[in-house]
Amino acid sequence: MTQATSSDPAISTSRYTLTHRTGKRWFFGAAATTALVALPIIAVMVLAFFPESNVWPHLVSTTLPLYLENTALLMLGVAVTTLGLGIPCAWIVTMCQFPGRRVLEWALLLPFAVPAYVIAYVYTDLLDYAGPIQSTLRAAFGWESAGDYWFPAIRTLTGAIIMIGLVLYPYIYLLARAAFMEQSPSLFAVSRSLGRSRTATFFRVVLPVARPAIAVGLSLVLMETLNDFGTVDFFAVNTLTRGLFDTWMNLGNLGGAAQIAMVMLTFMVVLVTLERLSRRRQQQYAARDLRDPVHRFRPRRSVQAFCLVFCAMPVVLGFLVPAGVLGHYAWLYLDESWTESFLETTWNSLFLASMAALSTTVIGLVLAYSRRLHDTPVMKALLRLSSLGYAMPGAVLAVGVIIPLAAFDNWFDGLMEQFLGWNSGLLLSGSAFAIIFAYTVRFLAVSAGSLESALQNVTPNMDMASRSLGSPPARTLLRVHLPMLRGTMLTAALVVFVDCMKELPATLILRPFNFQTLATHVYQFASDEMLGQSALPALLIVTAGIIPIVLMSRSISRSREFQ
Amino acid sequence: MKLRNIILGSALAASTFMPAAASASGDVNIYSYRQAYLLEPLLDAFTEKTGIDANVVFAKKGLAERLAREGENSPADLVLTTDISRLNELVERGLTQSVVTDTLNDNIPSSLRHSEGLWYGLTTRARLIFASNERVEEGAITTYEELADERWDDRICTRSGKHPYNIALFSSMIAHHGVEEAEQWLEGLKDNLARKPQGGDRDQIKAIAAGECDLSIGNSYYYGKMLQDENQKAIANQVHLVFPNADDRGTHVNVSGMAMTQSAPNRDNAVKLMNYLASEEAQSIYARVNFEYPANPAVAPSELVSGWGTLNRDDLPLETIADYREEAVKMVDRVRYDN
Repeated sequence: MTQATSSDPAISTSRYTLTHRTGKRWFFGAAATTALVALPIIAVMVLAFFPESNVWPHLVSTTLPLYLENTALLMLGVAVTTLGLGIPCAWIVTMCQFPGRRVLEWALLLPFAVPAYVIAYVYTDLLDYAGPIQSTLRAAFGWESAGDYWFPAIRTLTGAIIMIGLVLYPYIYLLARAAFMEQSPSLFAVSRSLGRSRTATFFRVVLPVARPAIAVGLSLVLMETLNDFGTVDFFAVNTLTRGLFDTWMNLGNLGGAAQIAMVMLTFMVVLVTLERLSRRRQQQYAARDLRDPVHRFRPRRSVQAFCLVFCAMPVVLGFLVPAGVLGHYAWLYLDESWTESFLETTWNSLFLASMAALSTTVIGLVLAYSRRLHDTPVMKALLRLSSLGYAMPGAVLAVGVIIPLAAFDNWFDGLMEQFLGWNSGLLLSGSAFAIIFAYTVRFLAVSAGSLESALQNVTPNMDMASRSLGSPPARTLLRVHLPMLRGTMLTAALVVFVDCMKELPATLILRPFNFQTLATHVYQFASDEMLGQSALPALLIVTAGIIPIVLMSRSISRSREFQ
Repeated sequence: MKLRNIILGSALAASTFMPAAASASGDVNIYSYRQAYLLEPLLDAFTEKTGIDANVVFAKKGLAERLAREGENSPADLVLTTDISRLNELVERGLTQSVVTDTLNDNIPSSLRHSEGLWYGLTTRARLIFASNERVEEGAITTYEELADERWDDRICTRSGKHPYNIALFSSMIAHHGVEEAEQWLEGLKDNLARKPQGGDRDQIKAIAAGECDLSIGNSYYYGKMLQDENQKAIANQVHLVFPNADDRGTHVNVSGMAMTQSAPNRDNAVKLMNYLASEEAQSIYARVNFEYPANPAVAPSELVSGWGTLNRDDLPLETIADYREEAVKMVDRVRYDN
């Protein structure tokens, strides 16, 4: 077991040597992959150069300041909510022994299966003036109109922050928990034996070591918040994304919309870069001996009760309540909503999500490992570029996907006609491939980011040992790194899978004829203000999301528990 | 990299098993801005009659971009839309082609179709005012203009001013009164709002039932759908509807419509479908299932809808409404309607 926190120049020198010997194969492989993944992003960048008219003077003089203010507040609020729920919950279930811990360990992931737009519909239905809670209160206290009492309005900025926070905190929870488990327990023990309290150890030792993973989680949360449209639209919170769609759909200015998307992208890049700069002097290696068990401590009874309540709260609010309401509606509208195509629809969702989970994990691994071999500025830039898809609203990204795919199809069709006299038509656009490609571009940030941060925690000594014993880079990856990265890979694949199950805007635009996923099925009713009819498929998304969550979560824990 | 090839390969293989480019001769392919489940009864009836399978992709955004990029090879034959501005956008981008048949000319009045047959309206939906039975007397409000009156201060609910249905209404106000007057009106309306614009048209009716406001603006068919829904009927019964400006220029209407794509690979089948959708049989399905006003004058609205009174349409050309769209959007921003 090795543990070092240093910026020792010797290590970077030795890593350079490692790079020098590998040749350029990994570099070109990674560059080609990145170019492919970056095509849609580049397409949107190009669009931004050709706006139909200059949208900015109007925006700046009317709504832009408000859009910016709301967007900043929304992101800040969601960051505070998700960190405030995700980190403490991850720490508590990793380190404390209390009743219900084993269940909560995976149950805390459940809200992740609930799409943000669905939870927004559900809570509006519950808490609205016309909803059951306020109606009951009015009946109970004899209030007659909205003026007679105060009740927090749900369709507000705060409401949107809570809704989005409740379904996105699992990002932080998942990555923080993985990081806490990967940390060597002796790190904690050493700090304690040197006289630090548990709290001080947590803030001075545990949290800084977990910071890269938490930063990855937070950047995912912020990107998803930034490009959320369903929730903010429904809650009438005017964010930049609403401005973007307004420019596109109402002003018919796709180029102007692409410019707004670029502004959002740049903003995200700046945020991520700042975070990285602030910890560039830190380098942590934690090649953890997996036989070394986690030692949980058993706090006082009252503290145990607090742990239980604190960790159960997000599960109740983010999962049980929405699932309960959906279940109730699904029952009320069962006759109307059950159709025979449900099996096929469910299969479509599962198939697309698994393919995308697989491809993002593999590509993410290739990219992260290439960067380890070639830690050059170019490689870093490539990696950042390929992760930008996540910071773009899904519908805009879909247009970015159509552009290169349709161009390829039409070019290939022309080629076939010229040489074979046969028309191939559209091969890629309008097929399941287009959707999987879009998912991969969109969610690569999830897998590449978490794998990169996990690889950073593995000391280069491992590579050097393996390589000096004669294993080429590929075998080193398979035999040395893969077993160590198993937990992170499963986590990344799980997150991508669930994200894909929920993905809506890109799926809608790119899908083949007569093709439904659970998310598009929910949408066609929910968007027509028919929560009742959409409840059953929404429940299915949640249920289909739960099964892999439980399986993978158990597998992740097992890989860390003593064997 | 081998694994990636396997993945890509199997994705490709899988995609060929999926109903990807359905362009066999017995098909007609539709890009639809309108919910697929609303089209289902119509398309099923069409298939039964003609043996032609109708395939649908539904999305509310991006279909025009997809069509444009797919170009000559696009599998799509028809585009169905839910408002005039989408039809107009397709025409302006040169994505449609002219279709003229006797059936279409006979069944769709000239005010509801493009002069060269580049698009046809299928149904009209009236933008109505809904009023609380309890707190608003019948006849207390009769025009859109009155929505800006001070007596409705803090009593009106609407969805976002940016929604296409509201944008079309505001465009018609600009067309009738000019930008300046329309903007004053919109400011007045904004001042009368009981809450920040939010939710959909049905949510506004729910808010009236709950006593949060007394008036709302909404499309006619939402009211029909609420009456039909056992769980929402009681709410809908607490409001009555007003056909605004019935006694002067008429009530503002929007159209749902169809256009043939410029590249349509199954042109003959698409013409058959267009003729069918304009026919009395299809038009009465529209009326019955979705409570819209059929474009075909030979078909009466559903009994429920007829019971609400006669619709006197504002005969402002639909293209004019589309022309003022951008102006209306900017006006909504200037008065900060949604904030």
